[in-house]
Amino acid sequence: MSKILIRGAKVLGGEPQDVLIDGSTIAEVGVGLSDEGAEVVEAAGKVLLPGLVDLHTHLREPGREDSETVLTGTRAAASGGYTAVFAMANTFPVADTAGVVEQVYRLGQEHGYCDVQPIGAVTVGLEGRKLAELGAMHESAAGVTVFSDDGKCVDDAVIMRRALEYVKAFGGVVAQHAQEPRLTEGAQMNEGIVSAELGLGGWPAVAEESIIARDVLLAEHVGSRVHICHLSTAGSVEIVRWAKSRGIDVTAEVTPHHLLLTDELVRTYNPVYKVNPPLRTERDVLALREALADGTIDIVATDHAPHPHEDKDCEWAAAAMGMVGLETALSVVQETMVDTGLLTWAGVAERMSVKPAEIGQATGHGRPVSAGEPANLTLVDTEYRGDVDPAGFASRSRNTPYEGRELPGRVTHTWLRGKATLVDGKLT
Amino acid sequence: MQRHLISAADLTRDDAVLILDTAEEMARVADRPIKKLPTLRGRTIVNLFFEDSTRTRISFEAAEKRLSADVINFTAKGSSVSKGESLKDTAQTLEAMGVDAVVIRHGASGAPYRLATSGWIDAAVINAGDGTHQHPTQALLDAFTMRRRLIGRDAGLGQDLSGKRITIVGDVLHSRVARSNVDLLHTLGAEVTLVAPPTLVPVGVETWPCEVSYDLDSTLAKSDAVMMLRVQRERMNAAFFPTEREYSRRYGLDGERMAKMPEHAIVMHPGPMVRGMEITAEVADSDRCTVVEQVANGVSIRMAVLYLLLGGNEPAVSHTRIEEK
Amino acid sequence: MDKHDTHDQQDTQSDARPVLEGPDIARVLTRIAHEIVERAKGADDVVLLGIPTRGVFLAQRLAAKLEEITDRKIPVGSLDITMYRDDLRMHPPRALARTEIPGDGIDGRLVVLVDDVLFSGRTIRAALDALNDIGRPRAVQLAVLVDRGHRELPIRADYVGKNLPTSLRETVKVQLAEEDGRDTVLLGAKQTQ
Repeated sequence: MSKILIRGAKVLGGEPQDVLIDGSTIAEVGVGLSDEGAEVVEAAGKVLLPGLVDLHTHLREPGREDSETVLTGTRAAASGGYTAVFAMANTFPVADTAGVVEQVYRLGQEHGYCDVQPIGAVTVGLEGRKLAELGAMHESAAGVTVFSDDGKCVDDAVIMRRALEYVKAFGGVVAQHAQEPRLTEGAQMNEGIVSAELGLGGWPAVAEESIIARDVLLAEHVGSRVHICHLSTAGSVEIVRWAKSRGIDVTAEVTPHHLLLTDELVRTYNPVYKVNPPLRTERDVLALREALADGTIDIVATDHAPHPHEDKDCEWAAAAMGMVGLETALSVVQETMVDTGLLTWAGVAERMSVKPAEIGQATGHGRPVSAGEPANLTLVDTEYRGDVDPAGFASRSRNTPYEGRELPGRVTHTWLRGKATLVDGKLT
Repeated sequence: MQRHLISAADLTRDDAVLILDTAEEMARVADRPIKKLPTLRGRTIVNLFFEDSTRTRISFEAAEKRLSADVINFTAKGSSVSKGESLKDTAQTLEAMGVDAVVIRHGASGAPYRLATSGWIDAAVINAGDGTHQHPTQALLDAFTMRRRLIGRDAGLGQDLSGKRITIVGDVLHSRVARSNVDLLHTLGAEVTLVAPPTLVPVGVETWPCEVSYDLDSTLAKSDAVMMLRVQRERMNAAFFPTEREYSRRYGLDGERMAKMPEHAIVMHPGPMVRGMEITAEVADSDRCTVVEQVANGVSIRMAVLYLLLGGNEPAVSHTRIEEK
Repeated sequence: MDKHDTHDQQDTQSDARPVLEGPDIARVLTRIAHEIVERAKGADDVVLLGIPTRGVFLAQRLAAKLEEITDRKIPVGSLDITMYRDDLRMHPPRALARTEIPGDGIDGRLVVLVDDVLFSGRTIRAALDALNDIGRPRAVQLAVLVDRGHRELPIRADYVGKNLPTSLRETVKVQLAEEDGRDTVLLGAKQTQ
């Protein structure tokens, strides 16, 4: 079927319109379009968004295929309404050479559920000592433009400075996992009232904020742009706000879980709530929502971090850090940002598709829903409410903090360049 | 109703007083020719120790044996645990053997809570110290020692520690004993002051039901009991304090400082003591120091806890925090 | 009394009728004291051990009467049997009562156990076990205020204040001034719940 007519969808949450897909592109957008020769998708009441783009996903392949593969991860992405994901470099082997990034890129293309854009490591082996061959990764078939040691912080100020400078040559960006390593030795959760009671090693906000402060100043000094991964504290928001007001070229992301969950949940000692950076306080959550609404934080990124059951079914200290997020991200954003009146659906499209595509230079993604554009689209039933059931996840892992929690919204259809990857909530 | 003892914060005032009163009766068993009761005959208790702690383990073991329970000791060293077996697998293996209760010591904060609430096992869980979180039976035996010394063996029955001023000195940050004591002593109506260098007090302590001071000398004169915590020498390498000498000078308890305490006041220590560091030999060996009594009282307290949790068809101690699934 | 009756006591209906009143109880205790002196040949090695709660008050009253008769100090104490009970697993654990053995101990002495009601006999069985862990008396005897029958073990009392034939549907409740503000023994019907 080459033509698809999406009938009566609220495009970016606006007035109902019909959208006609012909082949891989959007042919026409308007009211009362003819359905002749087209498969019709009735979309009355649903919201149509540009396909979501995740700048921060862990696909685990190569090396940890027991937790996720490019196939299962991109199926999870399509389920969650994504048409492009950026795959983090902390695989085994690390994605610090052209060979590894090309492999990941090709797997994504072969499976066809979602474009996979590999992120290259900043330093060899994520060890923070020696720059990886950033240029070679950029020039490879994968065309890497985003570099990150995520999972680890590029804590050496000189290495960070050089990386920021070096990627300017080809318009790349360094995405920093802001975590001062000495301040977070043995860290298990946010340092504060709850950690004091539970006797778990503290991960202080200042360990994130001090690195962000340093890096925005470095970016200013060398005239580079810098991206801050998973910003999690109210203090970090203030630093980024200040940096933007000075004209520093900084962008920042927040994860869905940091918009919803707090460190109070750690009282259960259930490692499903163990994540890095850790869940913070109510005050941080509210500051992050406000910052995402006013544009201080540019985008939502999932930090989808799959782990096998045994790595979470244990005592807190022994458990792995991270949560899966691709399949719940949009629901959490609806719950925390849309249903609270902080963001419109157009604002959601901006922060979950347009801006992340722009930061990562994902060609053909994050485009307007208009004629001539690539047909990367996501249709959302925003009236739906239901309990999260991890058994239904497409991801190979189930480490979600939302099991049994009622969340709004459900992605019913996803199209990648006109090809449906999700139909009526089912993967094709 | 709760079948477990995980945190001193879970105990109500009445629960705590009931445990202390029961321990007084248990203590009398030690004076009999036959120091044994048939109460837990046919019940199997495993002492599951992932951390070395000979004194806590033998204290529990003595208590279990005096109540006629069958005791299995399991230490992680040299066992399958050191070969990578998980806490869950270990616990399930023990449960398959028909264990009624697990007394667990673990280096990870929250491990006993996890064991009690994860659905891995059905046995009752008693926390014998987890990471830097809690050590509830230690807090109970400390409270028992204070009540005996400050109120009296018989006069103390049915009483809490209302109005008693307790000072806890040392490495609060890394101390499960301090956390448990703050919770329990507050529940029992005592006024607690923590004294430590600021580096050894956790961020977030401001919400604890106690005072915090950095000055030992100014608190001594108004203390009914001073509890010294062990300070590990290795802390100095992580810059928590400059030198052992400086720590002792500012926060150590010596004869001169002890003389500033009221005449009735006692000196406590959970053991093992680092003599010369947090406490001088003169203080440790004085009549006011209750270290040896604390050990004896530990057996009575643990007998009381075991009886109240396992002696019937359901526990006599009610808990508020943990909800059973 | 047998602790099996603890719950029954609380359920006793208000129409329970007294079978012994204050003066009866005093008279009965005086008789028992005389019987002890008679049977123990002067009671010079008698130790009275009451079973908490009300058995302890009865033991103290008996001791006072024995002291009147013999003009000697009679050792009296208490023996808590909670931890020796055979029905521990059928109820939540109970708070422990005091065991107080007189200073000279019980070795080689005549121990008279004192309880308020003798019913199944299980309390006395537990008391004999408890005694065993404390010492070796020359002999052990049992004094009760009321024997209501329905024994489940081969145990009988040496001194009985009143034999009270009852049905299992009835409850026997002893009240003593020290604990309840008045002396009485009430017979009532068990409340159906």
